[in-house]
Amino acid sequence: MSSEIAVTASDLRVTFRKGEVKALDGFDLEVPTGQVIGLLGPNGAGKTTAVRVLSTILRPDTGSAQVLGHDVVKEAGRVRRLIGLAGQYATVDEQLTGMENLTMVGKLCHLKRSSVAPRAVELLEQFGLSDAGGRPVKTYSGGMRRRLDLAAALVARPPILFLDEPTTGLDPQSRLGLWDVIEALVKGGTTVLLTTQYLEEADRLAQSIVVIDKGHVIAKGTPAELKAELGATVLELTLASEEAAQQTAALLATLSTKTPHIDGVTVGLTVDEGPKIAAEALRRMDADGIDMLGLALHEPSLDDVFLALTGRKAEVDTEALVEGTTRKGRKAKEAS
Amino acid sequence: MTDLATKPSAGTSIGWAFSDIKTVTWRNLIRTVRVPEAMFFSTLQPIMFVLLFRYVFSSIPVPGGSYVNYLMPGIFVQTLCFGAVSTSIGLAEDLQSGLLERFRALPMSRAAVLGGRTSADVVRNVFVIILMTGVGLLVGFRPQSNPLDYLLACLIILLFSYSLMWGFAIIGLKAPNAETAQLMSFPILFPLTFASSAFVNPATMPSWLRGFAENQPVSQAVDAARSLMVGGVYHNASAPWVSLAWSIGLLIVFVPLAVRSYRNA
Repeated sequence: MSSEIAVTASDLRVTFRKGEVKALDGFDLEVPTGQVIGLLGPNGAGKTTAVRVLSTILRPDTGSAQVLGHDVVKEAGRVRRLIGLAGQYATVDEQLTGMENLTMVGKLCHLKRSSVAPRAVELLEQFGLSDAGGRPVKTYSGGMRRRLDLAAALVARPPILFLDEPTTGLDPQSRLGLWDVIEALVKGGTTVLLTTQYLEEADRLAQSIVVIDKGHVIAKGTPAELKAELGATVLELTLASEEAAQQTAALLATLSTKTPHIDGVTVGLTVDEGPKIAAEALRRMDADGIDMLGLALHEPSLDDVFLALTGRKAEVDTEALVEGTTRKGRKAKEAS
Repeated sequence: MTDLATKPSAGTSIGWAFSDIKTVTWRNLIRTVRVPEAMFFSTLQPIMFVLLFRYVFSSIPVPGGSYVNYLMPGIFVQTLCFGAVSTSIGLAEDLQSGLLERFRALPMSRAAVLGGRTSADVVRNVFVIILMTGVGLLVGFRPQSNPLDYLLACLIILLFSYSLMWGFAIIGLKAPNAETAQLMSFPILFPLTFASSAFVNPATMPSWLRGFAENQPVSQAVDAARSLMVGGVYHNASAPWVSLAWSIGLLIVFVPLAVRSYRNA
């Protein structure tokens, strides 16, 4: 793998509403050529703003960014020939068919006239949309639409791909399908910057994860490094009362290197050896006569990463989501 | 990666600008025909206007005596002006849907989105003029001039509506959504089209309104069309030039503002 840097950003700052909202606040990033970097953070962290700056859509207030050595502001035209953008805010045309969408993008990318249609057909086939290619996009399912969106980003075979929350709002099955597609793509050597709210997604697709909060990077490393730092497992205990929760947190504090987190009647503990610690926790609580309503061990989620890094819960802003209900449904599933 | 087929082909930037405008125009026209309901009602509306004004207001006294001959050039301009709303709605929709985000990240000409939108709306306006001419002839409209002058009148009002489209493009790019873009357009269009020489002789209006009604750009376009299409008592040698000057002036103001709104949207 080459150690060349494909995308860099240094000290990017972007403010909205006349400086009231700092969307990017000293954002730095390096994406090595041929790698997939996951930009992980809750909604409103600045992920989409970062992608918009890197894809030349938005000018930063200060700071600079380069794509394959070309400045995103001064050489925007050049950069646009090197990137593909797909994601929650950049979409396809609902009224046009899948085929028409891809040929339109092909023409606008200035492909050779004779190769516009064959490239569109090739992509429809690659993304399993051959049968739907002649139908208007408004008849597509959420998963099909995202696949077409991804296909549209690939029309000119760009060496750099920006995927902005590619699976947000999708049902679990479509999400898995899209992950397969992205994985296949990455094997072909494309450099990818992927933004996501899901640790699971970054874990599966990215070689390296950058965690962003309030417009700047708060942690980076491989998924394994991040999890190791966090503790491999989260132990969650549900108690009968808030008082009991406080008591339990104090009792179990020595079991983890991190401070236990109390949220109402639940206590969360990030630990290395889940089952062993859980058994020890049970013993201690039994000895002290504290009754427990529930115990769960799970892999750390973005919420846990966030909690560990910032000491507060990741706030998920459902307002910004296009398909809010599906998303909420999954959020509830994740929480359970 | 080095696939020749997907390498961009060579070309000048002006050449690409035209090609990109053509592509976006094509896309906008496809969208129009894909929604048959919208096609049907946007066709029905001008026809309805002709029939309503022709028969409801036929007793309004006008110079020349024939209300239908007085009305038709006016209703052409009014309908084309209202057609400019689709420029603002179309752009607001594209902004809202996220398609403009995709366009901005593509290596296409920066002129293509606005150029493609307005070009598609001009094509639609040409269709509307042909349709309304047909309906007008059926209900007694009798253009007295030669076909060349008639064509010239059509070009003058098409250019006028084109200059308005760039103004409405700004509204479309500033509005939070398509519905609001439409609502924002009406308070501009109604006074301009009704306090004009389109339907009623401004000489019959209250004096405080008359000055505005006689000199505003819609009236100039109507007077130009009336002079060239019907002639006779409506002959007005200066109106076509004044209307032309208005259109060019509006374009000089609106185009840079619209381009700036597009950049900042």
